[in-house]
Amino acid sequence: MKARTYWDAVCTVGDLVPESGIAVWTEDGPVAVFYLPHRLPALFAISHTDPFSGANVLARGLTGDLKGQPVVASPLYKQHFNLVTGQCLEDEAVSVKTYPVLLDGDEIRLEVAVNQSETEAA
Amino acid sequence: MSKKTLIVVGNGMVGHHFLEQLVASPAAAEYDILVFGEEKQLAYDRVHLSEYFAGSTHTDLAMGTSDWYTEQGIQLLLNEPVTGLDRDQRTVTTPKGDYNYDELVLATGSYPFVPPIEGREHPHCFVYRTLEDLDAIRASAQAGKSGVVVGGGLLGLEAANALKSLGLQAHVVEFAPRLMPVQLDTDGGALLRHKIEELGVQVHTEKATTAIVAGEEARLRMNFNDDSHLETDLIVFSAGIRPQDALARSSGLEVGERGGIVVNDQCTTSDPHIHAIGECALWDQRIFGLVAPGYTMARTLASVLNGDQDAAFTGADMSTKLKLLGVDVGSIGDAHGQTPGARNIRFNDEQVGHYRRMVVSEDGKKLLGAILVGDNSHYDTLLQYALNGIALPDNPETLILPESQGGAPALGPDALPETASICSCHNVTKGDICGAIDAGCGDLGSVKSETKASTGCGGCTALLKNVVDSELEKRGVEVSKDLCEHFPYSRQELFHLVKVNGIRTFATLIRQHGRGHGCDICKPAVGSILASCWNEHILATDHVPLQDTNDTFMANMQKNGTYSIVPRIPGGEITPDKLIVLGEVAKQYNLYTKITGGQRVDLFGATLSELPEIWEKLIAAGFETGHAYGKSLRTVKSCVGSTWCRYGVQDSVGMAIRLEDRYKGLRAPHKVKMAVSGCTRECAEAQSKDFGVIATENGWNLYVCGNGGMRPRHADLFATDLSDEELIRTIDRVVMLYVRTADRLQRTSVWMENLEGGLEYLKQVVLEDSLGICAELEEHMDGIVGTYQCEWKTAVEDPEKRKRFREFVNAPAQKDPVQQWTTERDQRRPVLESA
Ligand SMILES: Cc1cc2nc3c(=O)[nH]c(=O)nc-3n(C[C@H](O)[C@H](O)[C@H](O)COP(=O)(O)OP(=O)(O)OC[C@H]3O[C@@H](n4cnc5c(N)ncnc54)[C@H](O)[C@@H]3O)c2cc1C
Ligand code: SF4
Ligand code: SF4
Ligand code: FES
Repeated sequence: MKARTYWDAVCTVGDLVPESGIAVWTEDGPVAVFYLPHRLPALFAISHTDPFSGANVLARGLTGDLKGQPVVASPLYKQHFNLVTGQCLEDEAVSVKTYPVLLDGDEIRLEVAVNQSETEAA
Repeated sequence: MSKKTLIVVGNGMVGHHFLEQLVASPAAAEYDILVFGEEKQLAYDRVHLSEYFAGSTHTDLAMGTSDWYTEQGIQLLLNEPVTGLDRDQRTVTTPKGDYNYDELVLATGSYPFVPPIEGREHPHCFVYRTLEDLDAIRASAQAGKSGVVVGGGLLGLEAANALKSLGLQAHVVEFAPRLMPVQLDTDGGALLRHKIEELGVQVHTEKATTAIVAGEEARLRMNFNDDSHLETDLIVFSAGIRPQDALARSSGLEVGERGGIVVNDQCTTSDPHIHAIGECALWDQRIFGLVAPGYTMARTLASVLNGDQDAAFTGADMSTKLKLLGVDVGSIGDAHGQTPGARNIRFNDEQVGHYRRMVVSEDGKKLLGAILVGDNSHYDTLLQYALNGIALPDNPETLILPESQGGAPALGPDALPETASICSCHNVTKGDICGAIDAGCGDLGSVKSETKASTGCGGCTALLKNVVDSELEKRGVEVSKDLCEHFPYSRQELFHLVKVNGIRTFATLIRQHGRGHGCDICKPAVGSILASCWNEHILATDHVPLQDTNDTFMANMQKNGTYSIVPRIPGGEITPDKLIVLGEVAKQYNLYTKITGGQRVDLFGATLSELPEIWEKLIAAGFETGHAYGKSLRTVKSCVGSTWCRYGVQDSVGMAIRLEDRYKGLRAPHKVKMAVSGCTRECAEAQSKDFGVIATENGWNLYVCGNGGMRPRHADLFATDLSDEELIRTIDRVVMLYVRTADRLQRTSVWMENLEGGLEYLKQVVLEDSLGICAELEEHMDGIVGTYQCEWKTAVEDPEKRKRFREFVNAPAQKDPVQQWTTERDQRRPVLESA
């Protein structure tokens, strides 16, 4: 059964930093949202958690492109992650979770799973 | 099997090199090794003896350490000369006792020849060979005004330079009609004389000293054979060397007519159990007064003791390249054209003071020898022609003509045969270098450490680099200087583009000169270049996305995603009140607190959102950012200096604070560290820093390009006795040149090693302004100093910038769940499972 999801409004355009990332808190945990104005679409969302260190730091990494793919470099041990697929460029076996993201007026929304226990209780 | 005993007499350069070779070979296991040294000190680099006057210590010059001897199981008996040798009993005698040997190696070097002149025993007469000699000269010079060197050869001129550096009016008295009679001809000698006199050293040729008597105006008077005389406060004899063969003579070993222990190609004397190497050995009627042939003998003997039948010493090249009193002098092979039929080609430009002479074989095909005065830039090429018998071009004169007059470019490394010797100190051929590259060495540094090439006298550095670059290129290794896939330029080239075109943003630079959108290599590099050029706040909107996280958040990220904070404590000086503030802030935010190696306090464990709050408090108490996160000036460490220390001669803390305030915030290719010591005891360990300053009676000595860390390097002495202002100007220039020309993440040490021409070149550019850029460098630095701002102060005052420090922009109260803590030694520390 596919988990139910909803589009969570996490922040506004004013919170974004061009060519860089910010972190937001979602029901699914910490997520990094990147805004690369030179791309179409310009918004990317991946897990904020660096799989190599376990620390929540990916939004604070440097963004850029390698061989045409948009990437962020982990600020701790410098591995690169593809912002679209979440794939780690240095280690095939490692990837991070990605989230669909869209711009709704002034708001940035992420598609995250609905927290089951909460919905049931509600 | 009981071990045999091997005794080495003499702990000099060659004796030490021999031991290094031997212990690295299988034969080492067969011997108990004993070494006797007459001098008090462990073997040191005599070639660079004069640096002792420029501030180097025995430790700097030492070839090894006593720990090394202990580790190798070698018994080192210093200050214990061997006084007797009994070949029948196979024993040597010292003042402390008798010792048996199975094999004996004589590496006793040579001693300075002092001509039998009446009065030469006078206490202010010296020779120039050992550290003790130099101590005595220094003491004598202190109360003197003038000094004479007897002998105008290579060592004599070096000694004259030393006297000059001790502040004496220096004279050179030479018996022959010209200077350096062995290496130079009349024209070359005349030009050298002219240049040296210009530097204020007085040269007296064709003078034989007949007596040394008490002087009237100075301590001594020298009487000459032509009835003239010269008064001086001290005399240094440098009239040649004699092999130290006393033990050989007294024990009946075969010695040469004019001295020297006769050895065969295996470096063995007339007694099969006794060997001789270095300057004491006479091979084929020749003594070799240079270190490279001595090293070759040492290697030969080590091979012989390992049973290598083919090992043989086959003579050595005595070509020399030197800088005497700042004047280039080179002499190659048959410099005087003594080979029958030899022909000469001369180039003499008195205007600029360059003299070059080539000695060419009768058929004009081979270069036999050469003399260079005033400019050694042709030396490497000529030496390769001479050593390797490479056929000369049809118009051989083009080799020594200036390029403007049709001169040929230097011999490319490709033209050299595999057997060409590149480094004679360590006997490294082009073939060896190719071998090292094939075995995986991918850059100059690794070739150096693998082959040892260029780690002796250093004369081969430029040639080595050319060979390595060309071989790497041939193997298709990109000796590409491209920063990354986005910029086909080196950092230096990018710096130039930014500066010259006035580019102020990354976007402009990549649009005009790059491709794509950048990455974590080029963005911080360009960020640093922009900061070095224009010094705008690193959190200005355009610059934010360029910075590494540490620069973006102006703190150092630790493994759990929290940060550490290092406020600036200039020179390590801090008031009790400020120290209390640090303690209070640390306590309030529960920060793990540690003293750093750079005399500051590091506070660990702050979350992103706590950073601006903490800095608000620190700034209120008068702290500034310490830039511990940046590739920029870190600390200027200092000792307490003359204010408190009974040995101090200058206010080292005051100077450290001044330097730290001047250079704080400057963005550089890598971090830059400095230190200031208040006297030569060097308690601040300045010589392990990029810029080390050591106080002298007269001012400051500046050392540059040292570092600690992964690959430690002692800083090199750069300039001496500088005033406060001179010191700052000199550092300004070196720092700025480094900022402009170094590669990304290149420390000053590597930068300098990779500069063509190395330290000497750097000195020319900075101290003599050979490129005419010093004014611009200073101006650039003044501009940066003038626009300094504490980044944290600017950041906390700007609500927009503070927004960046929200941990989760939509949940200010949310704590990062992976940041878990435990307590250890009364402080908080992180627990992080997956790390
Ligand atoms: C100022 C100066 C500058 C120089 N510049 C250069 C240069 O630019 N290039 C170059 O190639 N060469 C140069 N040389 C020459 C170079 O230093 C020598 O060639 C080299 O040191 C020879 O090494 P060695 O081991 O044979 O002799 P040394 O280094 O002299 O060592 C011999 C050691 O044996 C000890 N000894 C002697 N007799 C006894 C005994 N009976 N018992 C115990 N110990 C004993 C001596 O005290 C000495 O320490 C320079 C020399 C000087 C002095
Ligand atoms: S370097 Fe000199 S002045 Fe400084 S503490 Fe040491 S002894 Fe004292
Ligand atoms: S030495 Fe290693 S563990 Fe210690 S601070 Fe440096 S990088 Fe970290
Ligand atoms: S020739 Fe002396 S270091 Fe290479």
